[in-house]
Amino acid sequence: MIQEHGLEYVGLGKIDGPLVFVRRITDVGYNEVVEIIDREGHPRIGTVLDVSDEVAVVQILEGTDGLSNANTRVRFLGRPMRLPVSSEMLGRVFDGLGRPLDNCPMPFSGEERDIQGDPINPWSRQYPRDFIQTGLSAIDGMNTLVRGQKLPIFSGNGIPHNRVAAQIVRQAKLLQEDVQFTIIFCGMGVKNDVAQFFVRNFEETGVIGKVALFLSLANAPSVERLLTPRTALTLAEHLAFDLGMHVLVIMTDMTNYCESLREIGTARGEIPARKGYPGYLYSDLASIYERAGRVKGGEGSITQVPVLTMPNDDISHPVPDLTGYITEGQIVMDRELFQRSVYPPIAGLPSLSRLMKDGIGKGRTRDDHPTLASQLFAAYSKVKQIRGLAAVIGEEELAPLDKIYLHFGDEFEQKFLKQQEFEDRTITQTLELGWDVISILPKSELPRLSDEFLNQYYRQDVAERAANKQAGKSDSEAKKVAVPAQDAAKLESDQE
Amino acid sequence: MANSGARFCPRLEERSTVAENGQINPGAKNGIIARISGPIVDATGMRSAGMYEVVEVGSLRLVGEVIRVSGDVATIQVYEDTTGVKPGDVVLRTESPLVVRLGPGLLGSIYDGIQRPLDQIQKHSGAFIRRGEKVSPLDAEKKWLFKPLVKEGDAVGKGKPVGVVQETGSVEHRILPKPGECGTVVEIVPEGEYTVESRVARLKGESGAIYDVFMAHQWPVRNPRPILERRYADAPLITGQRVIDAFFPLARGGTAAIPGGFGTGKTMMQHALAKWSDADIIVYIGCGERGNEMTDVLTDFPKLIDPRSGRSLMERTVLVANTSNMPVAAREVSIYTGITMAEYYRDMGYDVAIMADSTSRWAEALRELAGRLEEMPAEEGFPAYLATRLAQFYERAGAVTTLGGGEGSVSIVGAVSPPGGDFSEPVTQHTRRFVRCFWALDTTLANARHYPSINWLTSYSEYAEDIRSWWEQREPSFPALREEAMEVLQLEARLQQIVKLVGPDVLPDTQRFVLIVAEIIKNGFLQQSSFDKVDTYTDPERQVFLLGLMMEFYRRGKAVIAAGSPVVRLHEMKAVRKLSVAKSTVPNGDKQAMADLRREVGEELEALEAEYQK
Ligand SMILES: Nc1ncnc2c1ncn2[C@@H]1O[C@H](COP(=O)(O)OP(=O)(O)OP(=O)(O)O)[C@@H](O)[C@H]1O
Ligand SMILES: [Mg+2]
Repeated sequence: MIQEHGLEYVGLGKIDGPLVFVRRITDVGYNEVVEIIDREGHPRIGTVLDVSDEVAVVQILEGTDGLSNANTRVRFLGRPMRLPVSSEMLGRVFDGLGRPLDNCPMPFSGEERDIQGDPINPWSRQYPRDFIQTGLSAIDGMNTLVRGQKLPIFSGNGIPHNRVAAQIVRQAKLLQEDVQFTIIFCGMGVKNDVAQFFVRNFEETGVIGKVALFLSLANAPSVERLLTPRTALTLAEHLAFDLGMHVLVIMTDMTNYCESLREIGTARGEIPARKGYPGYLYSDLASIYERAGRVKGGEGSITQVPVLTMPNDDISHPVPDLTGYITEGQIVMDRELFQRSVYPPIAGLPSLSRLMKDGIGKGRTRDDHPTLASQLFAAYSKVKQIRGLAAVIGEEELAPLDKIYLHFGDEFEQKFLKQQEFEDRTITQTLELGWDVISILPKSELPRLSDEFLNQYYRQDVAERAANKQAGKSDSEAKKVAVPAQDAAKLESDQE
Repeated sequence: MANSGARFCPRLEERSTVAENGQINPGAKNGIIARISGPIVDATGMRSAGMYEVVEVGSLRLVGEVIRVSGDVATIQVYEDTTGVKPGDVVLRTESPLVVRLGPGLLGSIYDGIQRPLDQIQKHSGAFIRRGEKVSPLDAEKKWLFKPLVKEGDAVGKGKPVGVVQETGSVEHRILPKPGECGTVVEIVPEGEYTVESRVARLKGESGAIYDVFMAHQWPVRNPRPILERRYADAPLITGQRVIDAFFPLARGGTAAIPGGFGTGKTMMQHALAKWSDADIIVYIGCGERGNEMTDVLTDFPKLIDPRSGRSLMERTVLVANTSNMPVAAREVSIYTGITMAEYYRDMGYDVAIMADSTSRWAEALRELAGRLEEMPAEEGFPAYLATRLAQFYERAGAVTTLGGGEGSVSIVGAVSPPGGDFSEPVTQHTRRFVRCFWALDTTLANARHYPSINWLTSYSEYAEDIRSWWEQREPSFPALREEAMEVLQLEARLQQIVKLVGPDVLPDTQRFVLIVAEIIKNGFLQQSSFDKVDTYTDPERQVFLLGLMMEFYRRGKAVIAAGSPVVRLHEMKAVRKLSVAKSTVPNGDKQAMADLRREVGEELEALEAEYQK
């Protein structure tokens, strides 16, 4: 991809980790591409991080292993990193710099794009509103994804986030339109089997022809990862905003990306902010995530589903933390649910979709959706509290209403959250399931649901069964505890 | 480029440094770039450059600002991406500090951090912002109907308007001389249509100096605009947000911080304040945050009607958007651009409210730039002057007597985004020292979808006392109601400690009733959904009504329990649900619905009271 040759120098000043220092240079621009030709004549690509009239600091994207000071030639190409873009790149596999990895020639392209990209003008954005049905109740019902959103998956080591991501890719569709997503898969520092898992998935669902893969796997030099998401998004922008496609970008694993950034920062001797990560991590991540969206007058869209693993499952670690501050919500995987074999193990409370509000409701999903979701969240958070209490005083000692909450919590996890890996639920199925479980609670516990919705959807029979089950149990307990008898009376009155 | 574009390059045409072919020749006053590191550029030959002087960097003439001069070398922060800039490139000096242009046409506009109108940029460079765009902040062609307020021979005091322009349906723009300029009118144009470039008056000062008054003027962003004196902030800014107005009120001219981890609702709160607070003008600064959030404002506000003026909310709003993916140096300055515009409207005698989302991103911009400058860091890599800069920013808020003798105010609401949601970090800690209202957002509440997730135990407002008499004049019962309700909430928090250990059953009925009432206050008063048309804005009258009725339920309930009623009789009342949902079933000003609810709740209570009277 690099043909034109600019200024050439022989010999490096200093090599330090992923950085090389080139001295006595002229006419070198900030951020321009550098080609370093090692003793064997192999070129390696780098970019200029800092330049003065004496020295240029260059980060070598393919690592500095085996480079020596002498006998190395350096070419400054006089332009920033670019990617030739075309729709023919679909169905192909590339490395982090956009060079084919599948032994086929570089697709023909009439156009090269600066991979850094320009920021989307906020004035030109089109607010995302189109509901994407993923077929997963935990997402569609509670944390809805919309077209043009950036919604990451926060996971932990060993948790099946890849299976969830693959299921999203497999099932994602729009209700109104019959357009398929074009998929860009961007792998950073992940193992080959992860890449293979996705490829197999794409093949099985027959979408592989609509997928472009950009891979900087675990065995590739770590610095290359810094460009991988940018290369991938440059193609995404072309497909979405020039060709009007709806592009879904999966980026995994952003934690690996951030580690490479930390490595460069450390090599440059920068003052770190938290946990050794550079102070500009936020801005740097934003320059990736903000490339999602839609633009006015344009047909296409870029929807991002970045995946990251939280070191030690710690959501306050800088990588998930700063990601959460930029993205439009997050799908958080929960180790406890995973251990209790709830698939998908999507945590009820910390997960959030900020664009949900405009993508759901009347005319989009169903009018009861917003308040139902809100009520499910509120009730489930109460379940968490009561479970905490039960752990202290024992489940037996709980008030009857609290026990009903526990029952609701179990059903919510087992019936609503849990589903099969190949189970594709419609939004109506999801909402009906939501009513099935929320109706376990008496109406008086549902202040967020309007009378109108309660009349229309509330399952009286479910409520009665739950209350009877509880009452049956508490008969024997009634003598033991003084107050619950009154609560039971209250429950009866609720059923009227 | 017309004069209007001269913001960054005064009298460009006259400068010998730009040859006819547009090429830049190094001139005596210009510098040569020696080093580029991201947004920071060093240039030599800049001995005479001033601090904060605006320069243009390289062949694309990227806008930058001098932030350090040391001998011959000036360090420049560049407001645009420096890719491709080379050592040896020219730095053009403008000999002017960074200014904003102030005049009719600001309202309804959206600007980037250095006041370039984003809609105009879109015309030039499409949906993606190209570098080196030079666009005039105010439309130079647009004609405004100017009505003079003075005639020849009149004396115009400092800060007094010479005329007015109806800028939008809801805002009258008063045309002021530059701060400090005053004198006798020697020339005034007749009523008619003029552009922002037009001179509308000439004043002759005492010393004989002549001052030209234009429809628009410039002001350096880093200098606060002068005022006559500060006033005591004793009137509340009514926000229509119940938890704020009732429990943690903000004064007109006050300062507030909204700290909270990601997704706790800072932006939603600021959007709500920008929509519903009764300020005359809103300046909304999106500083290092999401693009879509600005789009949201741009699509939402024009459709929303200001309950006071009956006009679109966009007519009183100025947006400054320097989103997270836009250059970091411009993020640093966006805060100043915004506040200078706010001060300008304040000087016309308006109450202005600024939303800055997020001040943490601004502090991080400072940190990033300081890092590039290799300055000694203090805590967590932030420069030692972080606290000073924060103080200077919040100091620009205040209720004031303007130069012209009128009353105006600037209130600042700053979002703070602490890493990991941990309030002990430097930005939150320093901000706390300079603001008097602290709306602490709580991740646990947010996770339970209790919005706004303002924690009622850790938040505070020092204005509550200052504005007490304002409330006492209008709603005499309100201050007492607020205290009573707060006591219930605090009592509940203590009781919850016990409940956590042993469950609620051991509590006596009076205390279990406290839990029930606290639940009603939380569901029916503190929680406020921005998505519910009725709920989203609650006028003071309705706030008093809701809280009043809840407290009445509490008082009478307590009494009837004391008379022997079991608590469950109160818990099973229809009133519990009715009070919890009244926020969205009883609209503002609906006297009938209020009376009905009061009667229904009253009847239910009476029935129970009758039972236990004997
Ligand atoms: N008053 C409210 N009513 C209803 N929903 C709300 C309210 N406040 C917040 N939310 C919900 O919380 C979500 C997150 O809010 P918001 O975007 O304001 O968070 P934030 O604190 O600004 O986060 P960040 O720091 O990441 O920008 C919203 O998308 C919305 O779903
Ligand atoms: Mg926000």
